[in-house]
Amino acid sequence: MGKITIDPVTRIEGHLKVEVVVDGGKVKEARSSGMLFRGLELILRGRDPRDAQRITQRICGVCPTVHSTVAALNLDSALGIGDKIPDNGRVIRNLILGAAHVADHILHFYHLAALDYVDVARLAKYEGNNPALNSIRNFIARGELGPFVPRYEGDYRLPDPVNEQAVAHYVAAFDMRRKGQEMLAIFGGKVPHNMAIMPGGVASVPTVDNMTSFLWRLKALQEFVDNVYLPDVLAVANVYSDYFEIGYGCGDLLTYGSYELDGKEADLTKRKRFFRPGTTSTDLKFRELDPAKITEEVRHSWYADSISGRHPSQGDVVLDEGKRGAYSWLKSPRYGGMVFEVGPLAQMMVNYADGNHKVRNLVDSTLSQLSLKPKALFSVMGRHLCRALQTKFVVDAMVDWVLQLKPGEPAYISYELPRQATGMGLADGPRGGLGHWVEIKEGRIANYQVITPSTWNMSPRDDKDQPGPLEQAMIGTKIRNEANPFEVVRIVRSFDPCLACSIHLLSPKGHDLGKLRVC
Amino acid sequence: MATKEYPAIWLQAAGCTGCSVSLLNAVNPSIKNILVDEVLPGSHINLRFHPTVMAGAGAPIIEVMVDTSRKKKKGYILIVEGAIPTAREGIYGVFGEREGKPTTMQSWVETLAKDALAVMALGTCAAFGGIPAANPNPTGCRSVGGILEGKGINTPLVNIPGCPPHPEWFVGTVASVLLWGLPRAEDLDEHRRPKAFYGQTIHENCPRRAYYDENKFAKKFGDPGCNYELGCRGPITHADCPVRLWNDRVNWCVGCGATCIGCTEPGFFDIAPLYEKLSESALPEEV
Repeated sequence: MGKITIDPVTRIEGHLKVEVVVDGGKVKEARSSGMLFRGLELILRGRDPRDAQRITQRICGVCPTVHSTVAALNLDSALGIGDKIPDNGRVIRNLILGAAHVADHILHFYHLAALDYVDVARLAKYEGNNPALNSIRNFIARGELGPFVPRYEGDYRLPDPVNEQAVAHYVAAFDMRRKGQEMLAIFGGKVPHNMAIMPGGVASVPTVDNMTSFLWRLKALQEFVDNVYLPDVLAVANVYSDYFEIGYGCGDLLTYGSYELDGKEADLTKRKRFFRPGTTSTDLKFRELDPAKITEEVRHSWYADSISGRHPSQGDVVLDEGKRGAYSWLKSPRYGGMVFEVGPLAQMMVNYADGNHKVRNLVDSTLSQLSLKPKALFSVMGRHLCRALQTKFVVDAMVDWVLQLKPGEPAYISYELPRQATGMGLADGPRGGLGHWVEIKEGRIANYQVITPSTWNMSPRDDKDQPGPLEQAMIGTKIRNEANPFEVVRIVRSFDPCLACSIHLLSPKGHDLGKLRVC
Repeated sequence: MATKEYPAIWLQAAGCTGCSVSLLNAVNPSIKNILVDEVLPGSHINLRFHPTVMAGAGAPIIEVMVDTSRKKKKGYILIVEGAIPTAREGIYGVFGEREGKPTTMQSWVETLAKDALAVMALGTCAAFGGIPAANPNPTGCRSVGGILEGKGINTPLVNIPGCPPHPEWFVGTVASVLLWGLPRAEDLDEHRRPKAFYGQTIHENCPRRAYYDENKFAKKFGDPGCNYELGCRGPITHADCPVRLWNDRVNWCVGCGATCIGCTEPGFFDIAPLYEKLSESALPEEV
């Protein structure tokens, strides 16, 4: 029996450590642990509620935009203006989030995930005339290979021409994701940490020139998604088709939905969204989402059992550092007491189950190219594929949205700050469902709770000892070479973990906090 | 001419990776140019360690980091993103293992800074503590400068604050070191920021300045006028955003109708609520 420790796991956001116990060539036990605690929920208490929107987006520099969006939805609801956001404000918020979504998925596939499949070192013998590839060959020839080595060695299977093209696209994708960020900044001011989204709408106003400028950057991205990103994911999926059978996960999927299509409905859960909220499972039956069923359990986390099982609106942080059986600072979010995975796979399959025609057509036609059934998407490669398909939906929809803007009309409304109020904001970002909850007392933040997508996906065992989605995805996996555990890092990265987001995290290894010894 | 390699180690401490993402948004040179090509003729930044970009994972890459500090003594640049948690001996931020023990970010910064040619504290968290150090600073976060001072480490330090910092503030500072060597004392302001980028306030170059001078103030977001009454920190914030602009120069904070929130300054987030007008006493004398 061997133990594999990977610390740090790179090409993700934040500080993650993974430990798996391998028995008979298979993962018997798996634990994922975050390594950083900043206590942002504690920093928020006592502050002006409006500042939460600025502070919470700084939870994460990779997905700040969805935090800024969900924080604004949360505060809109607390301020009682959820049904009063002007259409321009609603649409610009969608465009800002959409731009982030597209740029982020391109970044994830090419720059965070691809180096597990694509062999940059093989470009040392490149003889063609692509300038980008020649500059990589020259780079390799100089002999200083950071940051591309060291790496796991062995399982790089792409044939030379596909591999070369993938490296060229790795370089091109840097420019494309940057273009997505520039598109975001047209309305968002700057990024990371856009400045336009705020409770009440957005600060920016639409003009014909920024609409046109947005549209043409969008068109370039649309071409890239259709002609490069989707074909590349399919090419990798064809060669690594065994990864449709690796990393299954928990089988239950949840999405909050995203992109508001209706500005006149005060109740967030009834508001019409481009991607509908809901849950599904391997039965592919659609079920309505009921946010009241969300709880956070802490039996295996360093928190007092007295706060276990609470709805996040009643959430708290009561430490119990020496607790027996605890091994993480991550709480375990559960839905009706069950383990749920969030992310692009969940959003696509829930909307597939709901009978969304466009989603069904695109998913079915893609699966038929690969001769696969929908259940194959519950896998490492399925997550990558769903991420790419979701990108296509968002990029195509934005072409319509940008033309809905009306220069000269407002994008923001004023409001009064209440003395007492509660709020909830829910939406899916690039990594899945994000929830913010606020309680305002005496005009100040009394409590602010955040449940991030990575908290769902990387959560530890819960009160019923059910392992979290990532842990379940790793358990049972065959490890071919323990010195180069490709399977483990490929499973982890298929979830696109974002650890800075997972606020409660601290330390792993089953040590209790008081005994964690550090250099 | 042989290319001169400048080894660099990029540590991420208590931060959000936003500074790294901002560097990915660099245009000329692009991130590809920075990683692969000669960033200036004859000079290549050899980024040996960067958690978000690098191919490898686990113990082998920690080895690269330690190896660089041993074999390239006083020959590598240490870039730190994020503040350094110090409460409870630094256990709130742990990263990789050394001799089988989880190692704190504080310990890595102390070890790697000691033998570096220079240290760049990138972003407001690294430069001044930033978000995690905001009141009540639950994890005892300190700036990189604070850590160095506490240990008596006198490796040259440059602060490049911003939430995030503009990629050109970073690339420009690196280029200036490659061309002319480490910054002289007179090149930096009292917070160790390069005057080339932080020498003036937002207010001095703001396109809405004329409104301020004529007492025309926006009463809500989206209105024409100066955003001073909506909480703008332009008068007390040092950075060249209004003239440099962001993201391939398409826009900036006040350009999109928002306020400057003072993200390049010490005390960011603790000066006052962001949507409340700055008190007159906070204004510098020249305004």
